[in-house]
Amino acid sequence: MEFGFPWIALAVLVPLCGAIWVRTLDDPYVARRHALVICILALLFTLGGAIAFVVHPSAGADAPWNVFQRSLGKPAFAIDVVNMPLLPLTALLYVLTALSSLHTRGKRFSYTRMLVSEAIVLALLSCEHHWMLVGLLVAQTIVPWIDIYAAKRPTGVYVLHMSLFVVCLVAGQALVSYQPVDSPMFSGGIVLLTAAIMIRCGVAPLHCWLTDLVEHASLRGSLLFVAPMAGAYAALRLLLPIAPPWALQAMMILSTLTMFYAGGMSLVQRDARRFFCYIFLSNSSLVLIGLGAAAAAEHAAASLAITGALCVWISVGLSLTGFGLTLRVVEARMGKLSLTEFSGLCEQFPNMAALFLVTGLASIGFPGTVGFVGVELLVDGAIRVHPFFGAAIVIGTALNSLAMLHAYFRVFTGKRRTTIPELGAKTYEQLAVMLFVVLIIGGGIYPQIGVLSRYEAANQIVEQRHGGKAEHPAEHAQLVSPAPVSQSSTSAADAVD
Amino acid sequence: VLVGTIGAFAARYLHRESGYNRFFLLNAIFLLGMIAATTSESIETLFIGWELVGLSSALLVAYFQERTAPVLNGQRVWSMYRFADAAFLIAAVALHRLPGHGQFNLLTGKPGDWPFGTLQQDFTPTQVLAVGLLLLVAVAGKSALIPFSGWLPRAMEGPTPSSAIFYGALSVHLGAFLLLRISPLLDASFTLSIIVIVLGLATALFAALTSRVQSDVKTALAYASLTQVGIIVAEIGAGCASGLYWVKYVALIHIIGHACLRTLQLVRAPNLLHDYHTLENAIGAHLPGQPGWAATYLPQRLRTGLYRLCIERGYFDSFIDEYLVRPFLAIFRWCDSMERAWTSSITRNGNGKSENQPGVTPAEEQV
Repeated sequence: MEFGFPWIALAVLVPLCGAIWVRTLDDPYVARRHALVICILALLFTLGGAIAFVVHPSAGADAPWNVFQRSLGKPAFAIDVVNMPLLPLTALLYVLTALSSLHTRGKRFSYTRMLVSEAIVLALLSCEHHWMLVGLLVAQTIVPWIDIYAAKRPTGVYVLHMSLFVVCLVAGQALVSYQPVDSPMFSGGIVLLTAAIMIRCGVAPLHCWLTDLVEHASLRGSLLFVAPMAGAYAALRLLLPIAPPWALQAMMILSTLTMFYAGGMSLVQRDARRFFCYIFLSNSSLVLIGLGAAAAAEHAAASLAITGALCVWISVGLSLTGFGLTLRVVEARMGKLSLTEFSGLCEQFPNMAALFLVTGLASIGFPGTVGFVGVELLVDGAIRVHPFFGAAIVIGTALNSLAMLHAYFRVFTGKRRTTIPELGAKTYEQLAVMLFVVLIIGGGIYPQIGVLSRYEAANQIVEQRHGGKAEHPAEHAQLVSPAPVSQSSTSAADAVD
Repeated sequence: VLVGTIGAFAARYLHRESGYNRFFLLNAIFLLGMIAATTSESIETLFIGWELVGLSSALLVAYFQERTAPVLNGQRVWSMYRFADAAFLIAAVALHRLPGHGQFNLLTGKPGDWPFGTLQQDFTPTQVLAVGLLLLVAVAGKSALIPFSGWLPRAMEGPTPSSAIFYGALSVHLGAFLLLRISPLLDASFTLSIIVIVLGLATALFAALTSRVQSDVKTALAYASLTQVGIIVAEIGAGCASGLYWVKYVALIHIIGHACLRTLQLVRAPNLLHDYHTLENAIGAHLPGQPGWAATYLPQRLRTGLYRLCIERGYFDSFIDEYLVRPFLAIFRWCDSMERAWTSSITRNGNGKSENQPGVTPAEEQV
């Protein structure tokens, strides 16, 4: 629904065309400036789309700009209540990442790849067509691979996991699309889809690609790959409407274990990048736990947990990207940061120390930050599903908070290194992270609008699942190949019920 | 009044200290937390204030951040607080699920009803006991009751003004305040009230003995504080178990009186030491001391045992380190090494660790 104007199509096309343009520029400083302008344009288009949706949600369904509508039966890119805040948020992450990039690092970071990845991820988050979504999820995995390969680092771990992800995703989607819902093959498809989503979300023990990526690729590139949480979006669009309760329960249990495991692992890390990776993993697992609660029989519990998960999605995206960028600002000057000793950088980066603390606290749902309400809703919903989940989330969050302050103390406290010259952060770097902090604190002080919007989205998801409004993926397939789906008249929602 | 007084004191006391502004920022966050906690009408708002107090507390313990010991102690305080907070959050969510939705006026009556308020909703004894025990863990963590008392002497690494206001006056009483706030829950469960009394008395006894063997004045005062906090907790439990509502007033007055006295003592402590040194220099010897009652009445063996117990602060920290933290970290270190070995085998790195890994052995004191 784009309000008669192709907001989202333009938000996708602008970075795509911008990538081609930036590719032709030789000067990395110019490329950075142009990339920043392109990212800002994309952000404005996503904001325009979101505002148009809020003002008139039903307008634009038959807009003449939806070029794929005739062939696919629905617009390729659309805003709905679920993805409405995710699109501007993702575009904002790209703007702030580009803004916080040091001029001197321009030669090492490919702005072309950044813009391509932005186009892909915006298309992915606005895509409701299942096979197109699968294609975009596969395409998205290629950019980080190029990033690692260009850095001449080993790609084995990443390739192994992502190959498995692609195989499971494509095979799973094919099975659920072309097999009748009451057949064993359909269940097999669900298993494969669940496995694919869990690999992409880094659910243990299939999470090692994430540590490998963060260690070997650029921190900015890794951040932009993981922060929009495309895996969770795939779960939302591909799995939730059709998955039987056992699949979601399995996802919920494994995500809970992952959250606890990653929280524990973050406490023993000796390297700041790996620490960041586990903290991210632990927090992003919260989203999957909440989505898994959709299996709950009680409508209110499912709705509450999903609302919490959607709130946490936004808060984790904001806070951990801000946290990662703060880390990168320090790392850009000091090299890889070790957590085995006290680096004493507070004197040199006083603002960054404060921002590190604020973004870190926001990620653990500290009161007064954007994450607090989300985590509390999630705990409330999870306890209603089973007290074990609620207690596990609280303990996992406590572990994360220990790890967070541990990292803060290791990086910023200790004896000052007098031999290091003044290397304070640049104004534009501080501005970028400061914007994150404004959003984090602002969202914490006034969370009502965000929570209400997420509650509405959660209700829609639950109703779609329980109310029989779920669209069987076969309906998409029917547009391409009508023969296989006619074998079953049972809807996916019936199977779920 | 106390925060303002200490602010005025610290303006001179910490003059020209690096981190002067940081102290007042954290002091302001602490004040915000205390106001939010004490004026809250729901358990969630109380939790917000509770957390702000905890954060400012941990960061102020690590105030002298160029030295390692205060930072590690700050981390220790934070660890204890967070696990106590976890219990609080679970209790808050549980209360939210029970009738009343966490609003104090729906749960325990209007604020004007205190201390005569009763539970406004029908709770089963099991629900009361479960929620009450969770809240008691939170109280024990915040007020340093046993077995969580190990963090209190460590917290004295912070500057004296913050020690006075946090661990002498306000922060350490926040747990007791929570108990008073939820006292209708204790009224409804005799078992819970008895547990509160036992915990309070045990803490008071332990702290009274431990304070006598401390070699520095701030730690001795910290344990003296804890003795009083233990007595206050026991008073609250006694008031609830006996049904004598005026005992809760006694506890409240005790909190206020103790907070004022202990703040004064802690602020005066550095000065007092100076005065003692002047006196001793004047007479050319240590000031004469009186042998305590223990030396007269207790057998030598028992005294030695008690001394060991108290000098090791009840072995609580050692127990937590040895039997909880060390195995926990060992398990995750093993997992980490397994992960590295596995990814290295795929990338044929061969050395069992990632390329960017700093080659330094991990520090032990992590939690």
